[in-house]
Amino acid sequence: MPELLLRVDDLKVHFPVKTGAMFRRKVGAVHAVDGVSLTLARGETLGLVGESGCGKSTTGLAIMRMLAPTAGRIEFEGQDITCYGKKQMRPLRQRMQMVYQDPYGSLNPRMKVRDIIGEPLVVHGLADDSGAYQDKIASLMRTVGLLPDMADRYPHEFSGGQRQRIGIARALALEPSLIVCDEPVSALDVSIQAQVVNVFVELQQRLGLAYLFIAHDLAVVRHVSDRIAVMYLGRIVEIAKRDTLYRSPQHPYTQALLAAVPVADPVVEASRRRVIVSGEVPSATNPPSGCRFHTRCPHAFARCRAEVPQLRDLGDGQAVACHLQEANA
Amino acid sequence: MNAPLTPQPYSMERAAQTVPLLSVRDLVTRFRIGRGTVTAVDHVSFDVGAGETLAIVGESGSGKSVTALSILRLIPDPPGVIEGGQILFDGRDLLKLSDAEIRNVRGNRIAMIFQEPMSSLNPVLTIGMQVGEPINQHRRTPWAAALGMARDLLGRVRMPDPASRISAYPHQFSGGMRQRAMIAMALACEPQLIIADEPTTALDVTVQAQILDLLKDLAQSARSALILITHDLGVVARYADRVVVMYAGRVVESAPARELYARPRHPYTRGLMASVPRLDGDTGKRLVPIEGQPPNLAALPAGCAFAPRCQHAIDACRQTRPPLHDVGSQHQVACILES
Repeated sequence: MPELLLRVDDLKVHFPVKTGAMFRRKVGAVHAVDGVSLTLARGETLGLVGESGCGKSTTGLAIMRMLAPTAGRIEFEGQDITCYGKKQMRPLRQRMQMVYQDPYGSLNPRMKVRDIIGEPLVVHGLADDSGAYQDKIASLMRTVGLLPDMADRYPHEFSGGQRQRIGIARALALEPSLIVCDEPVSALDVSIQAQVVNVFVELQQRLGLAYLFIAHDLAVVRHVSDRIAVMYLGRIVEIAKRDTLYRSPQHPYTQALLAAVPVADPVVEASRRRVIVSGEVPSATNPPSGCRFHTRCPHAFARCRAEVPQLRDLGDGQAVACHLQEANA
Repeated sequence: MNAPLTPQPYSMERAAQTVPLLSVRDLVTRFRIGRGTVTAVDHVSFDVGAGETLAIVGESGSGKSVTALSILRLIPDPPGVIEGGQILFDGRDLLKLSDAEIRNVRGNRIAMIFQEPMSSLNPVLTIGMQVGEPINQHRRTPWAAALGMARDLLGRVRMPDPASRISAYPHQFSGGMRQRAMIAMALACEPQLIIADEPTTALDVTVQAQILDLLKDLAQSARSALILITHDLGVVARYADRVVVMYAGRVVESAPARELYARPRHPYTRGLMASVPRLDGDTGKRLVPIEGQPPNLAALPAGCAFAPRCQHAIDACRQTRPPLHDVGSQHQVACILES
């Protein structure tokens, strides 16, 4: 069993909803993340999928401690970082980095690529005037497939795919053990996505990185992940090994999500069984009682409306939060 | 629904004689930007048969949306101008119509559904007024009756509680509901052709499936033809009868959907299919990306626009622009290496 890198227990992130112009009263809360537990081993990729508003990005930000968790526990490399302040987090940030969705918004347009990639080294006092620093930047650029002679250019001179490579090089600069990737390819053109996905896969093989790969594209997530967690309205509804999840999804939401994604083959499409769930994701301010999916679930029964289902282990790393599973067991 | 008041010279017998409903011929649309000119649509030709679903596939900048806007003459001028070609719809060249005549086609005979339902709905008008407007405008139906028809249309697009929804405003709707309202508006005058430009790109995947299924069902039952503009090869496989693949403003390949997926001929089409991970694909395999960058439309190379990224390119590819030619039944490709 590979060494555990990250452990998240019952993580909750609630955002207060306030009203009133002067005396801001709290009138409710958005339950963005509401009881998420997961683990990540060294060198492993955990895919985190779900539709917009399911809390997958908030989970990523809370793990990076860029947001304060409301409750729960986050353990990284054996340390409980749940309540760490800025100062305590700083040395740990060398070990955990992030790649963002928008390759336009996440790079400072006034900085040269050299300075963008080198900034983490400067911030952590690892840069000096020696050639070693410049060599490091050149080698980082080569690692992600950029030519080192482009180091003195500005971000606007690069295409979307190249910018995302710059963002990856910056994340790699401190040789982290974990990279949280938040929709890292969804802003890119289809023909460019594959280039960037391959960069992620190759880097992991070479450097033994662990990824928390957050995305809504199930085909991309399937391609890169070892295990996958499916989120719905702030909770994990199913978690399993990649092939298990795609071959025998157990939660009705996982089934619906997989059925909704069309396969790029008209012959396969014509013969596919289609389960289309109705409705849309309800508000996280006032989530449904019991199982949060019961308002859209074709199999919901009385217990689903009353009682929150807990993740139940089905063996072989698969766990599902659904009352039907228990009823069938 | 009532029969439209405008005369409809189109009939099913003509479709049987395989006269296409829409025939785009050598369409050229350019934008003058700064000192240069960008040719967004470059001698594009394709047909859409009555009741058929045609997908136009391409990445950003391939000219697929500008093609759609050109059909309805919605290109902002300046900076854009349709410089040449013909758009034959039901026997008439839309490019030769007067402003009043093209207005009578828009939303009536040809309807359009846009990508972002929030920015294409008017925020200060109720949904009922927006869905009823084409009926009131094109058929001179009094508002009271048009609103009643709007309510029925919202029911047809499976909007819950349509009677109260007609007096609601767009901001009170979710993304999926707004797109349902857009579809209701598009269907209002029973158009012969619906153009949907990335209709579900802004929506979640479970909602995307609902909306596209609905659109396809309704278009089929109304015998409307559908042009589906998308970058998603899965969506194309699920919904399209025929496919046009665009690259750098040009059509590079055109074929029936099954034929295209079984035997893609253009190196760009093949590259696109190999670079997209599939839900049922082999996960051990490395994705094969298309190397290089999407083309700069202001500085296209002479010859084939894909040549700089093509592994098979030879000198001749860089010199002359390859014409679209037949390589099989209804299968055309613009590549000199494919014959």
